Amino acid sequence: MTLLKHELRQGRAALLIWAGCVGGLVALCVFLFPSMKGQLDQVGEVFASMGSFTAAFGMDRLSFGTLIGFYAIECGNILSLGGAFFAALCGVGMLCKEERDHTAEFLLTQPVSRARIVGEKLLAVLAQVAALDLAVFALAVASIAAIGESVPWKELGLLHLAYLLLQLELAGICFGISAFVRRASAGIGLGLAALLYFLNLAANIADEAAFLRYLTPFAYCEAADILAEGRLDGPLVAIGAALTLAGVAAAWLRYTTKDIR
Amino acid sequence: MYAIEISKLTKYYGRTRGVLELDLAVEPGEFFGFIGPNGAGKSTTIRTLLGLIRPTAGSALVFGREARGHSRQVLDKVGYLPAEAAFYPGMRVREVLALSARLRGRDLAPQGRALCERLQLDPERRVEELSFGNRKKVAIVCALQSDPPLLILDEPTSGLDPLMQREFFDILKERSARGDTVFLSSHVLSEVQRNCTRAAIIRKGRLIACDTVEALARTNARRVTIRGSAPLDGLPGVRNRVRGDGGESFLYSGDMGPLLRALAAGQIADLSVSEPDLEEIFLHYYETEGEGHDAVEA
Repeated sequence: MTLLKHELRQGRAALLIWAGCVGGLVALCVFLFPSMKGQLDQVGEVFASMGSFTAAFGMDRLSFGTLIGFYAIECGNILSLGGAFFAALCGVGMLCKEERDHTAEFLLTQPVSRARIVGEKLLAVLAQVAALDLAVFALAVASIAAIGESVPWKELGLLHLAYLLLQLELAGICFGISAFVRRASAGIGLGLAALLYFLNLAANIADEAAFLRYLTPFAYCEAADILAEGRLDGPLVAIGAALTLAGVAAAWLRYTTKDIR
Repeated sequence: MYAIEISKLTKYYGRTRGVLELDLAVEPGEFFGFIGPNGAGKSTTIRTLLGLIRPTAGSALVFGREARGHSRQVLDKVGYLPAEAAFYPGMRVREVLALSARLRGRDLAPQGRALCERLQLDPERRVEELSFGNRKKVAIVCALQSDPPLLILDEPTSGLDPLMQREFFDILKERSARGDTVFLSSHVLSEVQRNCTRAAIIRKGRLIACDTVEALARTNARRVTIRGSAPLDGLPGVRNRVRGDGGESFLYSGDMGPLLRALAAGQIADLSVSEPDLEEIFLHYYETEGEGHDAVEA
């Protein structure tokens, strides 16, 4: 696990910054809840009258008057988009950075098989994504407790599980991409995360684009659906899991056979 | 079993030539020089040996095995020094050395410290603060600290000052004396001539000569330097004419009779004839269009 430890040490600063930013923003939103509680009925009416915009963000089916409804709307986008960007960056740079930063000649001339390199680097991506989620979840729970509200464990847990799966899917796909590119990986990762986010918005707005929800992991992170059903959408999660595995398999197949420049 | 055995190795990058039908064998314990200018195919050969790239055709074996598919077994026996050493940012020298050792599954701290002392390298420095030469020293220690039986060194002395170069070659000679194989890729011919027992010359992806350094330098070509002038135009076997103050210098291969008659017909105040050094032979190979060994018979 030498390489895993090395990668975690290399990614420590980025992880702390992302966890601080995403977790800090989530905590900030939670701290706003008590002061906004009295006005939330009016805010809810305003949001409910915004047409397609309301549907795009699922605000027509969430109650601003409850902590979890407020959390899902205010924190949901921060958690899903922020986490997605982190996971995409983490995955898409993991393999290609060795060639980009000219460290491949150091790493790949050590007596370590490429399969082991792929395996340990994948574990490093998974560990960093999980660490970000754990840190943000802990900050969310702590901030909810700090404002004196009871923690809605089941709903909160389901939402964060969905965000974790979203991040794992993006990380897996981007890990696969990482085996094929040599540079400009960050742009590809961030671009893909943003594209999938907007595909979900489009799927929510127009019935004609509803099929897009099968392509984007943001679809199974819809807080309105999760809170209404009390569970994640199984088929969408299964598609996401298949795409995650496909990304990892592509990474393994490509990286174990490619020429390293 | 050869330390390095390359058979009919061909590598294309798309339509760009890397190496063409290269055959080369290095015995265990040899101090072998691999000579060629930039783009000749030296790095392609080395990268194939290390398993970084796959050959288009042929094979490149290290101690009887290809690195591709046997990377752990093969690379455990190889210390590799890249031409341009790059390391992970934020790490100290000792951390880089420890990472390299751990990837080999060994504690090599004492060996690393000893090499750092010999090369005057501070293990507490951060790698991004190091000069090119000091980064090279880190790469040298990484390559040597596990005492591998085969050292593959790509342009090892670039960036090192002369004193460090001498220390580095002293270490290599010690390793060679105890039976380790050294494969030295370089375009600094003097260091190949001083240190290597055998050498190969590569040109445009093809091996054009491979012999002992002594045999490569032994040629019927002579460096002739005259003070004065002589009618040399059109004389067969005259090449590399360099005119200087009051005379000229040139390489001559062929019968001495025509040369002596041409010199006798001129006004010669002084004359010297010497064997060319490896540098001249090397340049000669490269300046000759077609296959170089037509021009300099070893």
